Amino acid sequence: MSTRLSRGGRLIDRTRPLRFTFDGHRYQGFAGDTLASALLANGQMLVGRSFKYHRPRGLVASGHEEPNGLVNLGAGERMEPNHRATVTPLRDGLTALSQNRFPNLDLDVGAVNDTLLARFIPAGFYYKTFMWPRAFWKHVYEPFIRRSAGLGRVPEGRDPDTYEHFNVHVDVLIAGGGVAGLAAALAAARSGKRVLVLEQNGWWGGRAVIDDPEIDGTPAGYWIDQAVRTLEALPNVRLRLNTQVSGVHDHGYVLACEHLAENGGPRQRLWRIRAGRVVAANGAIERPIAFAGNDVPGVMLASAMRDYLVNWGVSVGDRVVVVTNNDDAYRTALALHRAGLIVPVIVDARSRPDGELVRQARDLGLRIEAGRGIAKVTGRRSVTGVKLCALAGEGAAIEEIPCDAVAMSGGWTPSVHLWSHCGGGLTWDDARAMFLPDPRRAPRGPDGQAFVHPAGSVEGELRTGAVIASGARAGAAALGEEAPATVSAHDAEEGPLLPVWVMPQGAKTALKRKMWLDFQNDVKVSDVELAAREGFQSVEHTKRYTTLGMATDQGKTSNLNGLAVLSSALHVPIPQVGTTTFRPPYTPITFGTLAGVARESLFQPVRRTAIHEWHQRHGATWEPVGLWRRPFAYLRPGEDVHAAVTREVLAVRNGVGLLDASTLGKIVVKGPDAGRFLDMMYTGVMSTLPIGKCRYGIMCSENGFLIDDGVVIRLSEDTWLCHTTTGGADRIHAHMEDWLQTEWHQWKVYTANLTEEWTQIAVAGPRAREVLAKLGGIDLSREALPFMTFVEGQLGGFDARVHRISFSGELSYEVAVPANQGLALWEALMQAGAEWGITPYGTEAMHVLRAEKGYIMIGEETDGTVIPQDLGLGWAISKKKADYLGKRAQERSFMSSPDRWKLVGLESLDKSVLPEGAYVIGQGRNANGQRNTEGRVTSTYFSPTFDRGIAMAIIEKGPERMGQVVQVSNRAGQPIAARIVDPVLYDKSGEKLNG
Amino acid sequence: MLTLTCPHCGVQADETELSAGGEAHLKRFGPGSSEEELEGYLFARENPKGPHFERWRHAYGCGKWFLAARDTATNQVFGTYPASEAQPADTLRDLVTASRPGWMWRDFGGEA
Repeated sequence: MSTRLSRGGRLIDRTRPLRFTFDGHRYQGFAGDTLASALLANGQMLVGRSFKYHRPRGLVASGHEEPNGLVNLGAGERMEPNHRATVTPLRDGLTALSQNRFPNLDLDVGAVNDTLLARFIPAGFYYKTFMWPRAFWKHVYEPFIRRSAGLGRVPEGRDPDTYEHFNVHVDVLIAGGGVAGLAAALAAARSGKRVLVLEQNGWWGGRAVIDDPEIDGTPAGYWIDQAVRTLEALPNVRLRLNTQVSGVHDHGYVLACEHLAENGGPRQRLWRIRAGRVVAANGAIERPIAFAGNDVPGVMLASAMRDYLVNWGVSVGDRVVVVTNNDDAYRTALALHRAGLIVPVIVDARSRPDGELVRQARDLGLRIEAGRGIAKVTGRRSVTGVKLCALAGEGAAIEEIPCDAVAMSGGWTPSVHLWSHCGGGLTWDDARAMFLPDPRRAPRGPDGQAFVHPAGSVEGELRTGAVIASGARAGAAALGEEAPATVSAHDAEEGPLLPVWVMPQGAKTALKRKMWLDFQNDVKVSDVELAAREGFQSVEHTKRYTTLGMATDQGKTSNLNGLAVLSSALHVPIPQVGTTTFRPPYTPITFGTLAGVARESLFQPVRRTAIHEWHQRHGATWEPVGLWRRPFAYLRPGEDVHAAVTREVLAVRNGVGLLDASTLGKIVVKGPDAGRFLDMMYTGVMSTLPIGKCRYGIMCSENGFLIDDGVVIRLSEDTWLCHTTTGGADRIHAHMEDWLQTEWHQWKVYTANLTEEWTQIAVAGPRAREVLAKLGGIDLSREALPFMTFVEGQLGGFDARVHRISFSGELSYEVAVPANQGLALWEALMQAGAEWGITPYGTEAMHVLRAEKGYIMIGEETDGTVIPQDLGLGWAISKKKADYLGKRAQERSFMSSPDRWKLVGLESLDKSVLPEGAYVIGQGRNANGQRNTEGRVTSTYFSPTFDRGIAMAIIEKGPERMGQVVQVSNRAGQPIAARIVDPVLYDKSGEKLNG
Repeated sequence: MLTLTCPHCGVQADETELSAGGEAHLKRFGPGSSEEELEGYLFARENPKGPHFERWRHAYGCGKWFLAARDTATNQVFGTYPASEAQPADTLRDLVTASRPGWMWRDFGGEA
């Protein structure tokens, strides 16, 4: 059983006990503990259940690579799922829950997956099992998948914590504060360039502080302290602990996540770094060995066991069997032995191990079984022993040795992700059994030079002297300099390792079904071999099919073992199988950290018109249009939206209404070539528009499709004002600038998007003229201001531009004033119109009014596949002009096909409102057995004017089929019969426009 | 996240300040052009693994369009220049040739 030893633990403070709970049980740890070390100190080996089989899971590692120890941390709105217990600092009052178990960790009903169903949940089980019968989907498969998919629980409520971002520019970023990173920093800092060193753990020196080699004639700890002090004293160097470099992106953009101490400030900080060069000194991860039962709680990486002992004074077991294929694991055996624990045997796969550490162990009398492997770990919820076998055999047990923990080491895998995030290539080193950065295929910066420099164990170096030299070399190379003279270091000589991917080598399937590769996702040797037999040859496909290396773990401990097994099953060498793609983030980052302060009102700005507050006070419900908020309808007390819209529509039809149209885009186009330019932008002719006149214009893309519409007015000889849709203002302005700058850059034209300069108010309805006349100052008569003209002048003391344009079919004026006069004008109009019951109306009433009149709306009648000719807008297209954007494309045969869907009105026979976006059902079926369609509903509303549902639609040959009855699909039931009618329902002759 | 230097205002801009505009140096074909010319203009695009010429706008900066010569495989940027230039300058082409001998992109390429 794991326990706290009476001595040791360099990170803990035994004078400061901390209380915490795990699954409701109360425990005690010390300041400096992680949740994992504190659980082990309390004998809590079992920390979770595995994903598919719900097998008991214990801690495997001691750091960020931990696949099993994932907990729900905290409670309520602060609850965070999938927190790695191994990197969770213990604090007083911490609460954690284990995951993926029901009803509790000790008694888990899902474990039936393991005992009864394991054979039936092989690789690719999702694809195989859940295929048929179809009827099982709803009640059997989907509930099963939903219950078992994903680990952890979603937090409840809003996250009350805050997060922040740092934006930093540095010349050299050093990822990793082990001895390689510190050596790199010392080398790079000499230049005076800006250096930033980030270390994911809470201490400097990485593994050197655990294994304590001699550096520069002093203990490693002393050298590390001196190095950090030297760096801290330099003004050009910044150092940060608890900050993990999470990803390296194009051109030296680096994201790192800093975990901050709890002091009321932000919880985490995202560093957004632009680095000239990156030194990847982020270390290596030890590999497990695939032997039967390697997932039983108590089987742990050898280095992790050493970490728990040295850092936290915790022993994982009293009798620990060490199994290895390399010398490094002997350090664990020696450390355990020196701590007074029993190491009954060191099982070494190599036939003649003979390094310095091996000899030390032998001299201490430790039993070494060379050329052996573990046939099987006995025990289920904890290790009770191991059965030894010959490495070369099929796994016949030679001897059973009782023990309560197993330390395994399959060698070290360099963490090359920071090299590879931006495409850095890897090369396989057969002797060291490692994928290493290939310097010829480095990630490149904008200057074409390599911008990531691997250092230390990332470069494959595992011995201290070489690690420091590699770090110094990388730090200097990052600035194009020669490496400084290196310091000496001494650690034990090591013999070569023997790659062992499956133990024993001749294991049969029954054993391989108990050999885990990926502990988190429950992928075994047998799964990868099955995938290979089923034809999966690409490592990327095998990963997805078996789930090897997926989810929060991303295969930190499992990837190399997995692809080695795949390589052997496919009978191709490991480098030919290759690796899966490394993608950031290295470990999960919370959404809160990525969002930083960009939440709620700071996430996106809200654009408000000058009259916004008035709308708010008068019951507006809001419709977001782009970043704008427009009143959808003004609700009076007791009114619902339907009642409000009906009232507003009837007020415009029978009296007068007021619409805040300020959000419509207003782009000024000015210059000697402005007319010529607008003739290219619009399908109609704008250059001939007389000063003082308005003209409806439509714009198409070069593909011929309708992209925007609006009224264009001519302000002076060389100046036009183009109205766009609300959502189109920025897009159309950019569209104009694109053509002006890149195609007609010699033309003399300026554009300016002045949308917010003016408030624009539509005064619409039979009483509109009387309301405006009451303000006085401008002759608004039919003769003085005919339809489609405008006039500038003083209207009731306002600096106004009054347009006679209509989007409702009624007599209508749109009055533009400088935005700072907008609210006053609105209020003056409300007062002037009071005697006629002037009614503010929102966007929904506006939609209903325009639909009754058959006016199209960009985004309703158009969807990027509709040309103006489809919508009966041929009259707005110049036949005389030689060219305009989209003209050539509209000449394509299918654009002029008589079979195109064209605009009509639709009236349901039962007067109901047709479903939005519904298809008009055609004759017969297509090749896929689906019913053919011959049109669709584009706009559909309840019309208060006609007291029935009205709709606009585009229908094949629609205008030729007036009066025909078609069937409109209806998800809620039987198709609805509707008659094709003229889209203009209201005032077909247009008399009302004149009042 | 790429960085490109805007040739108009001189700022080394982050990709978040820029908007991408697709392929550079397209020749517009309007009325009177053949179906093949129109198809090429609207739809046919280079898809090189290597040097590429593309349009960018310094959208959240000076607002100007410019062109960039970039290696799509390595993200090496050979240079940027105003969108009004009909062709990349010889000096820029020489830069590309120096790094990628034998490169070809539409009509213009380097010496082998």
